Amino acid sequence: MDVLTLSRWQFAITTVYHFFFVPITLGLSIAVAIMQTAYYRTGNESYKKMTKFWGKLFLINFAIGVVTGIVQEFQFGMNWSQYSRFMGDIFGAPLAIEALLAFFMESTFLGIWIFGWDKLPKKIHLASIWLVAIGSNLSAIWILTANSFMQQPVGYALKNGRAEMTDFFALIANENLWYQFPHVFFGAIATAGFLILSISAYQIIKKQKHDVFIKSFKFGALYAFIGSVLVILAGHTQAQHIVKAQPMKMAAAEALWNTENPAAFSLFTIGNEKERKDVFAIKIPGLLSFLAYNKFEGAVQGINQLQKADEAKFGPGDYIPPVAIAYWTFRTMVGAGSLMLLISGFALYRSYKNKFDFKPWVYKTIFWSMLLPFIANTTGWLFTEIARQPWTVYGVFKTADSVSNTVSAGEVLFSMISYTLLYAVLMIVMIKLFIKYADRNVDEIESEEDVHDNSILSKA
Amino acid sequence: MDLNTLWFILIAVLFIGFFFLEGFDYGVGILLPFLGKEDNERRAIINSIGTNWDGNEVWMITAGGAMFAAFPNWYATLFSGFYLALVVMLLALIARGVAFEYRSKKDDTAWRNRWDWIIFIGSIVPALLWGVAISNIIRGVPIDQNMNFTGNFFTLLNPYSLVGGVAAVLLFTLHGSIFLSLKLTDNLLERAQKTAMKLWLPTTALLFIYVIYGYYDTDMFSKLGINPGIVPILAGLAILSVGYLLKIKKEGWAFVMTGITIAFSTITIFMGLFPRVMVSSTNPDWSLTIYNASSSPYTLTVMSFVALIFVPIVLVYQAWSYWIFRKRISTKQKMEY
Repeated sequence: MDVLTLSRWQFAITTVYHFFFVPITLGLSIAVAIMQTAYYRTGNESYKKMTKFWGKLFLINFAIGVVTGIVQEFQFGMNWSQYSRFMGDIFGAPLAIEALLAFFMESTFLGIWIFGWDKLPKKIHLASIWLVAIGSNLSAIWILTANSFMQQPVGYALKNGRAEMTDFFALIANENLWYQFPHVFFGAIATAGFLILSISAYQIIKKQKHDVFIKSFKFGALYAFIGSVLVILAGHTQAQHIVKAQPMKMAAAEALWNTENPAAFSLFTIGNEKERKDVFAIKIPGLLSFLAYNKFEGAVQGINQLQKADEAKFGPGDYIPPVAIAYWTFRTMVGAGSLMLLISGFALYRSYKNKFDFKPWVYKTIFWSMLLPFIANTTGWLFTEIARQPWTVYGVFKTADSVSNTVSAGEVLFSMISYTLLYAVLMIVMIKLFIKYADRNVDEIESEEDVHDNSILSKA
Repeated sequence: MDLNTLWFILIAVLFIGFFFLEGFDYGVGILLPFLGKEDNERRAIINSIGTNWDGNEVWMITAGGAMFAAFPNWYATLFSGFYLALVVMLLALIARGVAFEYRSKKDDTAWRNRWDWIIFIGSIVPALLWGVAISNIIRGVPIDQNMNFTGNFFTLLNPYSLVGGVAAVLLFTLHGSIFLSLKLTDNLLERAQKTAMKLWLPTTALLFIYVIYGYYDTDMFSKLGINPGIVPILAGLAILSVGYLLKIKKEGWAFVMTGITIAFSTITIFMGLFPRVMVSSTNPDWSLTIYNASSSPYTLTVMSFVALIFVPIVLVYQAWSYWIFRKRISTKQKMEY
């Protein structure tokens, strides 16, 4: 394999891996902050136990999220040095701001929160977890500012042989950012919600019907439901925006070979990507136009017409992303999101009725539904990034021109294998610890001091 | 002063913060398996940096981000050029960060030992590699007229940079042992003090060897960007004074002095580099400078506002967090895990 292919694989592996942990951090930090606020307000010990229980799982997750993030920041320079030279004038700024505004805040106050339980006034200790949550989510805004520039470049001019920033505020006001951020944010809320919901269901069904987990179940169901409803709404508005801003991406998502008016929505298509035609397809007439424009008419541009237009605009070349991947990742994301809505809606109804005895298959469905947000998050990002190809910055700079020109294929192969192995080991360790701490009984929650005391006793 | 110079200074400040703060974190990590004999002793050692190591590491991440934003060509050349070294550093940092959080999550001696050695490796490797990297930046590496690094991994491994790497490890370990003697009590305190005393002489000797070696192997002294004047002399005097201060048990002052050594050495290096950011050993004219490697004036202006507003805020709350946890950590008290 060549450097480009290897570098793309490495970026995909490290980024997808990193983004298993990020949504948990974003969503769970807020959840834990809410629980601690409830404890602060009511003095109810159940809320304190919830804060400790979910806070511990948050930390186990956070550790890996934060360290794999360093790779993310470094690999633009390491593997995509030509991109960094060409785009650094714009792209570097949000990354630097992310570190300065968000990472410092998140990491400093997390340290204060972990070690400050008995050392700080309750109010300040509570404020510190909120600052962690705000810091984490601020970092999401800044990294999405960078990503939005790649999807919809604004506020720049091509000067001095590179792209230069001309309007910082255009970068922040980028329409794409304000469609994308809510989608990512509510996705993260749903991710944390399902985690809380599923683990609470496990505790209630398999262990004991303790108030801590009844409260957690209710919280998780509500959190997951709010997240699911809003991630779908945000996703819908984002898709309508993409139809206008990145028509090729949406055409690929729908395997829409030719422009149609009104456009039909594909429920299931097996296509021939080379000849750009359907082999087998089930379609609903007019629905795609409706999804795009809220009415059953209006042209949605097709791949063939867009390819021709792009050739006229950018010169000869292949401007079509991998259609099958775009089509199936998009559908997997939407499918997982719909299931999330159903399951969290059901769980919310049950928690409203205070009925927590589930039939085995219902329990299993709720338990394994915690995987759905991860499936949706991952396929969503794969779709966003792969269906933008061949571009790194849409319409401005190509992936093939972005890769480092001084790094050899052997070096990238070495780094890719090393990261993958280390990440795999860490994933196994992390999941084992996660299970260990998710499986604790309520009376074990008062945490690690116990572990420590035991170790002294066992020596004595 | 133009914006390019301002950003050169700001990046120097970020590196000073990084080396000063992560310097003692690395030192503490390196000393962990040796100073801590019992499990609760090791926990006390880790807790001495537990509250702040993550925030300290952000100094490095911010320095990287600032290079990207202000000097994209520097970022691109350095990070792609020093590829394998950085991969090794990242692997070490990833494992180390996870180790801090995971080592006490199981009451199992083998498990904890394993993570403690990972903390050791994860601390000594980045310390060594930063010393190697900085030495290579000032010594010069092969860079062509298009700012591309044309060497390989072994280009970076030369005697000078290796001396620099070991010097960095020793200096950070000394810095860390003095930090520990400010944070611990009883037996641990004694051990930290003894270690600092033992480390002082070899560290000082190697630092002076490194400086003299630099006189022959770099153009830092012949082709000064800005004459650093008294700065390197003060760095030298500071490290010399540490021995005496440790002897009279003034660890607080000794810590200030290793801090000054680290800060003033970094300043000397940046002054010697100025206005270059990476020296080309192929052709001096192909060196990267704060002008040919920089972002546009507009971007530098925007970033200047951001930095001048937020760096002071960060300094305030980080200082506050050190203040909250200023108390010494005793193994006899309840510890957070």
